[in-house]
Amino acid sequence: MLTSFDPLKGKRLQLLDEAGRLVKGKFPPLLEGEALVAAYRHMLRARVADDKALLFQRQKRIHTLPVNRGQEACAVGSALALGQDDWLVQSYRELGGLLVRGATIRNHLLYFKGSEWGSVHPGHPRILPLSVPIGSQITHAAGIAHAIRYQGGQEVVLAHFGDGATSQGDFHEGINWASVFKCPVIFFCNNNHYAISLPRHKQTASATIAQKAIAYGIPGLQIDGNDLLAVHAATRAAAEHARTEGPVLIEAFTYRMGPHTTADDPSIYRSAEEEAEWQPRDPLIRVRRLLESQGLWDDAREEAFRAEAAAETDQAMREVDELGETPVDEIFAWQYADRPRELARQQADYEAFLKWKEAR
Amino acid sequence: MPAMNLVQAIQSALDFKLADDERVLVFGEDVGHEGGVFRVTQGLQATHGERRVFDTPLSESVIMGAGLGMAVAGLRPVLEIQFCGFIYPAMNQLVTHVARMRNRTRGVFTVPMTIRLPYGGGIQALELHSESMEAMLAHIPGLKVVIPSTPYDAKGLLISAIECEDPVLFMEPKKVYRAFRQEVPAEAYRIPLGKANRVQEGTRITLVAYGAMMRVARQAVDLAAKDGLSVELIDLRSIYPMDTETVLDSVRKTGRLAILHEGPMSFGVAAELIARVNEEALMSLEAPPRRICGFDTIMPLPMGEQHYMPTPERVLFELLQLHSFPE
Repeated sequence: MLTSFDPLKGKRLQLLDEAGRLVKGKFPPLLEGEALVAAYRHMLRARVADDKALLFQRQKRIHTLPVNRGQEACAVGSALALGQDDWLVQSYRELGGLLVRGATIRNHLLYFKGSEWGSVHPGHPRILPLSVPIGSQITHAAGIAHAIRYQGGQEVVLAHFGDGATSQGDFHEGINWASVFKCPVIFFCNNNHYAISLPRHKQTASATIAQKAIAYGIPGLQIDGNDLLAVHAATRAAAEHARTEGPVLIEAFTYRMGPHTTADDPSIYRSAEEEAEWQPRDPLIRVRRLLESQGLWDDAREEAFRAEAAAETDQAMREVDELGETPVDEIFAWQYADRPRELARQQADYEAFLKWKEAR
Repeated sequence: MPAMNLVQAIQSALDFKLADDERVLVFGEDVGHEGGVFRVTQGLQATHGERRVFDTPLSESVIMGAGLGMAVAGLRPVLEIQFCGFIYPAMNQLVTHVARMRNRTRGVFTVPMTIRLPYGGGIQALELHSESMEAMLAHIPGLKVVIPSTPYDAKGLLISAIECEDPVLFMEPKKVYRAFRQEVPAEAYRIPLGKANRVQEGTRITLVAYGAMMRVARQAVDLAAKDGLSVELIDLRSIYPMDTETVLDSVRKTGRLAILHEGPMSFGVAAELIARVNEEALMSLEAPPRRICGFDTIMPLPMGEQHYMPTPERVLFELLQLHSFPE
């Protein structure tokens, strides 16, 4: 299925259209019934937490953070294709995927309040911490997958990055490595059309990002990134291919509906008309329509779940509000497995100052 | 006990760890089939197979980044960056991920990885094939930096580096690779990271060096002895963490300190060590410490490198000046 997709033919895989109608194609939708309801709830939970986080930032309860709105289908649909032992190598706009994998809203808020503990998830699922240097995590995915192949494991690695990352050297180096060694990785490009302010067409002269796969000798496909069913089906197929054959590049065609981060103002570089055009393509709308048409969802359930997610997020924020500053010892304790005498000395000097300050 | 040169001693350590621990993988540019441009990994692929010892694409950033991925997934990668001057494309990975992963994840993900890095000048090499950037690397929190000067130390330190739970830069002095042989046990042994070695006792001056400069230092110490000047020689061996105590003990005895390295002088290892001695033993000093270092210039091409590389005569000159202070 994957290898028959020709990225040069300008096709884009879609299984669920904007009206919430199923599109017939080679890929059968793999989420139905209660599984589809569960997927929608993940998306909605991420949306509510994301909206509230933006509010909390305005209230100065957390600091600058990236905004997820519009990319929930990419994050949730792809993460739902992973098994328990598979790896998620994130960029930093995959909140829905993190929640699917067992991360918590509390940790999301905690990280952006400013604690490393925000990257430590309950039960230690295989989620790497977010990656600030754009595209650098692509090479980590190649290495993890290399280790899986070496150890004879059946796991796969899902690596997220954006359209901006495709201009980085690490995009090339990581995919090239994984292709040469046939590592089990899904390279998932969230083409949300903007790298902060730079539009997609100024990022690369390639007609699609999917076609870059041809140069590496691996399958590449473009999918509707606002279509949960397409994202999920494509990632499942890619995972299967990755396990047996090697890497796949998926270009998910999506849109960053919000600002880059809470510090960004998109009105400087894009029009309200353009934003309005994408509004009806909101990835949540079509799933809700499909569910409603199947009698699996309604206004009452929507309202109840939104209220539940809002209460969860509020509670998480209150818990994080109450946390005090990072203890001094923690600054030093985690840099090395042992504590070099340089660090012991610096810590002792600093603690002497604190003691002096307190006695003063 | 077999006599080995530095290349053979490093090879012996790698061979031991490959046999000892299935998690160890050895890779880099040309390290597999060819055995590396310096033949350090020669024969390892034949012995341990292509899965364990392999060539990578010519791609330093992913060599470093994939190494991190492997380490996070439970392996113990031993990667080679072909020359110190080629590490720059991998610096982003090294600084932003390798050095930070343990602290960022509070120990959930760690990077027990060894980065072998041939370094140093005096070998009439091409541009960017002679650099000594240990100070830059040691400045990055989260890394350990080790530089052996002898075959014996190289084997023991490399085994310790591969067994270390944190990333270690293992810098190999190219100039020493085949310079001399030394008796090295065939079996495994370990030299702890972060421990200097007082290689020669003396009374009037403490001279600290490491890596390829240790041979220069030894010759200078011999020259000084002929002039009746007794110099205590310390091989630092580990740049970070740095064994300040061994140096302090010596300086408290001699009262005079000189530090020799080929990396650029400013903000270098010598500067750091002097700062530490000032902090702990200022009152023991009878003269301002002296730095005998490479210059704050690019490494000159071969027709000029003899001026850049400290020589035994230049070290002797500095030692005599230091000894005659305050005259």
